[in-house]
Amino acid sequence: MKKTAMISALTAGILSASMANAEPTKIGVLLPFSGVYAALGKEIDAGFALGMEEFGAGLDIEYVREDSEADPGKSVAKARKLVLQDKVDVMTGLVSSAVAGALRDFVHGAKVPLLITNAGDNSVTGDKCSPYISRFSFSNGQINRPMGTWMAQNGIKKVYTLAPDYTAGREMIEGFTGTFEAAGGEIVGGEYTPFRKTKDFGPYLAKAKASGADAVYSFYAGGEAIAFVKQYDSFGLGEGMPLYGSGFLTSPLYVNAEGDAAVGVTTVLHYAPTIDNELNKAFVQKFQSMNDGRSPSEFAVAGYDAAQALALAIKGGATDRASIAQAISKVSFSGPRGMVSIDAKTNNIVQPLYVYETVKNGDKLTQKVVAQLPSEQDPAGNCSL
Amino acid sequence: MDTSFWILQLLNALQLSMLLFLLSVGLTVIFGLMHFVNLAHGALYAFGAYVAATIAASMGYWVGLFIAPLAVAVLGLVLYQFLIKSMRSSGPMAQVLVTFGLIFALLDITRIIWGDLALALDVPEILSGRIDFFGVEYPAYRYFVMFVGLTALVLLNLVLNKTQIGAMIRAGVDNDKMAACLGINVERLFFSVFCVGCALAGLAGAVAAPLLSVVPEMGLEILIPTLIVIVIGGLGSLKGAIAGSLIYGFVQTFGSVFAPQFASVVIYLLLAFILVTKPAGLFPAKGG
Repeated sequence: MKKTAMISALTAGILSASMANAEPTKIGVLLPFSGVYAALGKEIDAGFALGMEEFGAGLDIEYVREDSEADPGKSVAKARKLVLQDKVDVMTGLVSSAVAGALRDFVHGAKVPLLITNAGDNSVTGDKCSPYISRFSFSNGQINRPMGTWMAQNGIKKVYTLAPDYTAGREMIEGFTGTFEAAGGEIVGGEYTPFRKTKDFGPYLAKAKASGADAVYSFYAGGEAIAFVKQYDSFGLGEGMPLYGSGFLTSPLYVNAEGDAAVGVTTVLHYAPTIDNELNKAFVQKFQSMNDGRSPSEFAVAGYDAAQALALAIKGGATDRASIAQAISKVSFSGPRGMVSIDAKTNNIVQPLYVYETVKNGDKLTQKVVAQLPSEQDPAGNCSL
Repeated sequence: MDTSFWILQLLNALQLSMLLFLLSVGLTVIFGLMHFVNLAHGALYAFGAYVAATIAASMGYWVGLFIAPLAVAVLGLVLYQFLIKSMRSSGPMAQVLVTFGLIFALLDITRIIWGDLALALDVPEILSGRIDFFGVEYPAYRYFVMFVGLTALVLLNLVLNKTQIGAMIRAGVDNDKMAACLGINVERLFFSVFCVGCALAGLAGAVAAPLLSVVPEMGLEILIPTLIVIVIGGLGSLKGAIAGSLIYGFVQTFGSVFAPQFASVVIYLLLAFILVTKPAGLFPAKGG
């Protein structure tokens, strides 16, 4: 009796083990496929799909895609559905920091690994970090801090700052001004413009012009970036006061809509499609062949690298939520943007940064990498993993 | 902050006012004459910008500027025949709901046709420079925006007040049944007014596109400023549209100069104040 019970327990164990093997790893992709960030969501998804195709070949994987609409309320509902109903093993995505903030407690409580592919809010891998949440894109402070030092070292003394008035805008600018002033630079003024309500930047540009700064440092993204860069150029400010900023200002995703106005704008970011290394060349080529010749952007590379990290984790034997989360925290590899790793202290990505100038090559706009800045870890703050 | 700074800001305020006037005049004309609230106006503006950008890419800016209002007028014609006509007598609440739904339908149609990525539309070569005005260099295209806005104002004013069609429209607004008795085809009149209003939205889109960005959500983002303009100015009157635009343009521009941290709030405070003191706006239409 005892023996049969043991045998049946054993067979049950073996059965469940083989069942687990037979079951695919379920990935919940939560990205904005509609709404204001739809272009970004689709770009990240394209990068993720390409990465999985390349690194996840042979893996048993199943996708569940949900549209976050970049809306915190709807995203929480979708995340609940992914975790509770679809029972996904891992989640990836998120463009908006507001969505990341809204999801944080749920994801942390449900113990589901989440690989963030954009949302740059410092606190996600800072004060409110979680062992289940890792980030493969950037943090707002991370990409701007080295630029402050670099600009001061390159002879720029007085800077005027402009950014939209919301968390990302403030974190980006504060990241820059801290190191810029520490390196001897002076911030002669700055303005935070009403987020998504500012159509005409004229009044702010006139103020920047009157400030007597050597340069303007700014952060805008999407439609605002296009309007800002075009208007900056139309006022002729670039001639005496060159425009610098974080690379979202002239992202390859929409720089063509800015046209010649973007030429000469120097920005910093964790990725530009013209980074000179073999892995990037191969990535750019594959992405172009799948996307009508369009070069990948920083959004695509975040999806691509998240896919590579996840594939590495699964190949390394991680099967369930806990083991995937653990494996992701230790991941490190060479990708299109160079050597990247996940910081064990914060779960944020550690990556090199690239200063690039948007230049004209024939008819097309392209990115000329001016400098590579060393990778830096974010301050851990109150984060303890 | 010398004189040139203030001249620059004055020009900025005028330019923004004229852009807003172009946007709001179509909406206010339709409302004033038909008592029809067309919230989809912003979506029509976006459609105009997309058409202008698409055509400009192959045939140049000026062709785009010419075609965009026509294309949007045709879209207006279709909307009128299939949707608006049957909504004419169904009360403002139903109209608001239908045209609000139309915003999202048109937004997604824009997405399906043109995709999510921003379109490029550059300022035409001849207007790409800057013009010197009392020692202040100001972008030529922004002068052009002011010029188009002023031209629209003068033309509309002439048509409404000095021509026979204008007299018929005014008669239709004051008392449409009496006007119909006098032999005016009021339905056809309103129909053409609706198309003209739509064309104005398309024109605004084409004019704004090189200045701003051509992205799917542009129509949604512009709706609130446009509504503020016509609520301040008074629904349905040309005078109200220009007054509302000037007030919005100046408050927004100088608000962001003097009190940038309140820039987004000032205009709403003003709106609340006007609604309390003059609920119908500054210059409401007389008819109706």
